[in-house]
Amino acid sequence: MKKLINTAESVVEDALNGLAAAHPSLRVRDRVVYRADAPRRGKVALVSGGGSGHEPLHAGFVGHGMLDAACPGEVFTSPVPDQILDATMAVDGGAGVLHVVKNYTGDVLNFEMAAELCAGVEVASVLVDDDVAVRDSLYTAGRRGTGATLFVEKIAGALAEEGAPLAEVARVAGEVDERSRSFGIALTSCTSPAAGKPTFDLPGDEVELGIGIHGEPGRARVPMASARELAAIAMEAVHGDLPLRGDLLVMVNGMGSTPLMELYVVFAEVESFVRGTGARVTRSLVGNYVTSLDMQGFSVTVCRLDDDLTRLWDAPVETPGLRWGR
Amino acid sequence: MDGGTDSEMHGGTGGGLDGGLDGGLDGGLDTAFFLAWFEDAGRRVRLQRDRLTALDAAIGDADHGTNLDRGFTEVRQAFAEWPPGTPVQALVSAGTTLIRRVGGASGPLYGSAFRQMGRSMDTPVTQAVFAAAFESGVRAVERLGKAAPGDKTMLDALVPASRALTRAVQEEIATREAFERAARAAEEGARATIPMRARRGRASYLGERSVGHEDPGAASAAIIMAALAAVAS
Repeated sequence: MKKLINTAESVVEDALNGLAAAHPSLRVRDRVVYRADAPRRGKVALVSGGGSGHEPLHAGFVGHGMLDAACPGEVFTSPVPDQILDATMAVDGGAGVLHVVKNYTGDVLNFEMAAELCAGVEVASVLVDDDVAVRDSLYTAGRRGTGATLFVEKIAGALAEEGAPLAEVARVAGEVDERSRSFGIALTSCTSPAAGKPTFDLPGDEVELGIGIHGEPGRARVPMASARELAAIAMEAVHGDLPLRGDLLVMVNGMGSTPLMELYVVFAEVESFVRGTGARVTRSLVGNYVTSLDMQGFSVTVCRLDDDLTRLWDAPVETPGLRWGR
Repeated sequence: MDGGTDSEMHGGTGGGLDGGLDGGLDGGLDTAFFLAWFEDAGRRVRLQRDRLTALDAAIGDADHGTNLDRGFTEVRQAFAEWPPGTPVQALVSAGTTLIRRVGGASGPLYGSAFRQMGRSMDTPVTQAVFAAAFESGVRAVERLGKAAPGDKTMLDALVPASRALTRAVQEEIATREAFERAARAAEEGARATIPMRARRGRASYLGERSVGHEDPGAASAAIIMAALAAVAS
């Protein structure tokens, strides 16, 4: 294993030190990343968090128009209630706090425990569960939260910035989740610094379909195929769950080690698939946003937009990971 | 107390049943017993950290051993900083530490189990009190995890262990033998998760592909129960 780390134990701490040093608009204290200007009086605050290793999610989305604080856990491990409690109490500007929670057992448990402890602060929560690779949710922990987390944080963050009340911000956050679906495909596994070896073995000529973002294996393994074929597999899974129509926001997301050039190759195929359904891509994002350490592969996330959601997507945002309009 | 042997599964049942050899145990479990339990559980988790992580890598996200090892290390530190004065304090302190320091699902689940166990415990901690408190802790895991036996989770080890403890009380089995039965039930329960299809937790995403692997949470529960039996022997 070759990694740019000092020690496996200190990797999260060391990365947060770097994040703080690189971005004066952020403050890092006790494993929580804050907007330097938090709390904002009268504004609904957004707090998210989850395991590390998905950068820029979540800490890279702290700033104007998105999150007020992010709570990074250990690599692929949800944060602890103390972090979430600290973050929530610190960023509340009197208008309440929305917790953006990806649907994983650990994240849900730790956010629930923290929310119970947040005395005197109105807390609402939105559960993001967009990954269509997880089926028959009666017999699973339910669909996972993946790429749509970014959409929820961006759009709900913009609405909060406009001064909307907590109930409205929470409602729209839930609506974005309901309108979004994702599917991911891995070309390689990933190596967490503590484990030191790949999470799963994947032969050089096979790909893993329906992967999550924690190096957990997917639902099926098939021979390596062209970008066109792999994009079609992902889009058919999405389209089969939520028929594509109207205006779409589409993200082709890299899992961490896939060149941007290849992501654009995939995006061209995704866009062409969308046109084939009669829908159209009106907003897009291509790059590494919700990653899985050094995994190669991509995920595609689609959100059915309406005029309001488009406006909120276009609203100014200024974070380390996403920045426009300002 | 700190026997250091891993062959606790079968042993001197010959003398255990007449009660006399159980000495202090049947007069009630003291604080030192609970401290020794956590100490030994931590030592065993450290020894088996890589196995737990490997089990988790197969059907989860390869962090169970690392996280639990970190958690029990923190428990040891918490005990050193604020030495618990009662069994209840030991359980609540350990539980709170696991919730506050581990993260993931296992931190809140194990942490809540120990906290609930402590909260529902009367003194002196007789075997019957222990069994009832243990069951209460297991219920907390069921509630929080929204899971049941058969879902391929730590409950597949904890519930049989709890049943064994309760049955031992009814049958008036001595403490040491009761804990050995509980450890054996947990171990068998963990092994019984191998053919199961996961319905809760991260392994559930795998569907059929989760079949054929031992659940890491059930495996760690069996380790914690093995520690219980070891410190009692």
